[in-house]
Amino acid sequence: MPEPSQNFSLTLHVNGTEHRVAVDARTTLLDALRDRLHLTGTKKGCALGQCGACTVLLDGRRVVSCLMLAVMAEGRQVTTIEGLAQGDDLHPVQAAFVEHDAFQCGYCTPGQIMSAVGAIREGRAGSDDEIREQMSGNLCRCGAYTNIVAAVRDAASREG
Amino acid sequence: MHPFTYAPVADAAGAAARALAGAQFIAGGTDMLQLLQENLVQPQELADLNGLGLAGITEEQDGALRLGALTRLQKAADDPLLRERCAVAAEALAASASPMVRHMATLGGNLLQRTRCLYFRDVSTPCNKRQPGSGCSALEGENRHNAILGGSEHCIAVQPSDLPVALVALDAEVLIQGAGGAERWVPVEGFHRLPGDTPEIETVMQPGDIILAIRIPAHATRWRSHYVKARDRASFAWALCSAAVALRLDEEGRVAELRVAAGGVATKPWRLMRVEQELLGHRLDRDRVRLAAVWASEGAVTRPGNAYKAPLLQHTVERAILELGGLA
Ligand SMILES: Cc1cc2nc3c(=O)[nH]c(=O)nc-3n(C[C@H](O)[C@H](O)[C@H](O)COP(=O)(O)OP(=O)(O)OC[C@H]3O[C@@H](n4cnc5c(N)ncnc54)[C@H](O)[C@@H]3O)c2cc1C
Ligand code: SF4
Ligand code: FES
Ligand code: FES
Repeated sequence: MPEPSQNFSLTLHVNGTEHRVAVDARTTLLDALRDRLHLTGTKKGCALGQCGACTVLLDGRRVVSCLMLAVMAEGRQVTTIEGLAQGDDLHPVQAAFVEHDAFQCGYCTPGQIMSAVGAIREGRAGSDDEIREQMSGNLCRCGAYTNIVAAVRDAASREG
Repeated sequence: MHPFTYAPVADAAGAAARALAGAQFIAGGTDMLQLLQENLVQPQELADLNGLGLAGITEEQDGALRLGALTRLQKAADDPLLRERCAVAAEALAASASPMVRHMATLGGNLLQRTRCLYFRDVSTPCNKRQPGSGCSALEGENRHNAILGGSEHCIAVQPSDLPVALVALDAEVLIQGAGGAERWVPVEGFHRLPGDTPEIETVMQPGDIILAIRIPAHATRWRSHYVKARDRASFAWALCSAAVALRLDEEGRVAELRVAAGGVATKPWRLMRVEQELLGHRLDRDRVRLAAVWASEGAVTRPGNAYKAPLLQHTVERAILELGGLA
């Protein structure tokens, strides 16, 4: 077992690419993504797990990257909003958000979309009630909730 | 955040040794990261328990269910055995936090979640739990979320976790490994401590102790059970009040066994024995349940901010029993 250390040189797997990053033990996955890898699509809202702006997929499951230490993400597959589109082709959930006008300022949107991708993948977007419950960890200060539910429902029915 | 070192642990013995030398454990990290971000704890070292192989839910030979301490909340909430045999626990977990947090957070960490008392989480205010002897800001302050049961003149903080409330109703135990390697079982009902004049001591955990598992005894897996959680919004909020009920009816439909516990209103998961006594041996009907549920707030000490919790508690308990009994 490695000795306790304060500085780490990590390999992070993000959106299918390996990145070497030097981090302090304190660095959250969110800060590593934004400040070291310059993947600034993932947003920082509360840094306390309470808003969902920083949602990413870890080994395919939704997590809040602000409550995870970067060192603890080593060896896991991270997917961020930047990893969804294939070239110029938007991911179906991204396309549905555009189509349904599911945002205003857009700050919560990357987190909303990652959470929706996770919920659909988990098979938990079967009804409007289920979508509301499943998306409740993603807050929207602009109150775009009605259109967010419509976008998730649409994307779920197209993918499902 | 203050600087700290980090390393994963290889085995429980090594983990205990590190803890005795000053390290704190991290599992899912969902409470630890909040405590670190807000400078409420300043560990010199974090010892990562995730390599201990303590995840998973299994049935023991006698029919008891064993829930590994590192099982994620969402995994447990989705577990077919738990959903079928211990509905109250699966329901409590599904109503905890958000899907993202449930994918990260562990069952062991959930038992140890620190209070959500506003003043505990704000280092600029006096708080006996965070800084013994500094005073309790909640007694005369913003105490809408604080406890009406089990408090003392030193602290009225709520233990905020949903799962342990369900576990008290299920007569469950926690398996703890001590620093010397010895294992011991502690009933969940006796795991958290009343604040008294030492609110900084919250559980029976000793330095170097590691939670290995939770065990729901075979008899409780045959009970019917249910969880009701009242909160400020429909989802993603800590409980203002919750009720966990587990019972067995005899052939004539009379209550043969019953355990009722409340959350969100007390300094620890609160067993409601008087409510149980009022119903044991009787058939469930609306009037009897309503009258029994009035006893839920027996002994409550309320303040202007949290007086609403006494009637809320009675009604939440009533609703949980009525729904479980098919009378709602
Ligand atoms: C936004 C948000 C909302 C939430 N809402 C709810 C809610 O509605 N209901 C609810 O019940 N909870 C809620 N929670 C709390 C959450 O469930 C807990 O934070 C979580 O269960 C803690 O588990 P963890 O594995 O993340 O613990 P960590 O943060 O890793 O650890 C917490 C503490 O437990 C110790 N520890 C962890 N595992 C062990 C072990 N096996 N042995 C010994 N010590 C151990 C650590 O040293 C630390 O002191 C919420 C959390 C967040 C962030
Ligand atoms: S109730 Fe307890 S946790 Fe809250 S301020 Fe008072 S002492 Fe601190
Ligand atoms: S920034 Fe992570 S949940 Fe708000
Ligand atoms: S679109 Fe502005 S916060 Fe959601």
